[in-house]
Amino acid sequence: MARLLFFGRLRESVGTEALTASLPGHVRDTKALRAWLGSEHPELLDSSIRIAVNAELVPGDPPVADEDEIAFLPPMSGG
Amino acid sequence: MIRIEARPFDPGAELAAFADRVAGAGAMVSFTGLVRGQSDGAQVSGLELEHYPALTEKTIAAIGEEARKRFDLAGLAIVHRHGAMAPGDPIVFVAAAAEHRRAAFEAVDYMMDRLKTEAPFWKREQGPQGARWIEARPADLEDRARWG
Repeated sequence: MARLLFFGRLRESVGTEALTASLPGHVRDTKALRAWLGSEHPELLDSSIRIAVNAELVPGDPPVADEDEIAFLPPMSGG
Repeated sequence: MIRIEARPFDPGAELAAFADRVAGAGAMVSFTGLVRGQSDGAQVSGLELEHYPALTEKTIAAIGEEARKRFDLAGLAIVHRHGAMAPGDPIVFVAAAAEHRRAAFEAVDYMMDRLKTEAPFWKREQGPQGARWIEARPADLEDRARWG
C-alpha cells in the first residue's frame, strides 16, 4: 500500500491529511498517479501542485511504487 | 544551528546565544519574521503554520549548507516555528555572522528568499472573514530568482 499525504489547502479539498491506497498496475510514476487521482480530485492536476516521493522532490515524473510515501504539496510559504 | 519547533521562541535570546557562538566574527545580521496584525486591510486574529517534517528538515538543512558555501560565514542560525500563533509572534529567526558585514547581510537575505518559496510550510490565516491559505507572492518568487 502507498501512503498518500495532502498538505495545506489540499488537506481540506481532499478531505483528509493521509490515506493508504493500493496503486493500480498502470500507475508507475507521479504523472500517472496524478491522472489516476485527478478524476476524483481535479485540484491535484494543477501544475502548481508538487509531488514528493519518500520526502524527496525530484524534477520530472519520478517512479512511484506501492510502499512509497507520496506527498502532494501546494505552493509553499515559509518564513 | 537549525531548529524547527512548535514552541514559541524569543528572538532576543536567540541572537544573544548566537553572538556567543560566533564570538570573534566582525559582523552579525539577523532577521525575525512576525505574524502580521493585518493582511490586505483585514485584521488577522491568528496564523496556523503546517509543515511536512521529513521534508522541512532536509530542505532547511540544504538551504543552510548552500548559504555556507556561497558566503564566507563564521556561523548561521535558522529557527522556524510551526503550529498555532498569534499576531506579533515570531515565526522565523535567521542569523548569519561573518568577518565583514556584506556576507552576513547577503546570507540572511538569501536564506529568507529560499525559506519563503522552498521550505514546505503552509500558512492559514484567521481573520474576520474566516480562514484563508496564504501562498508565496509573485514578488517572493522574483526575490528567490535573484540568486539563480
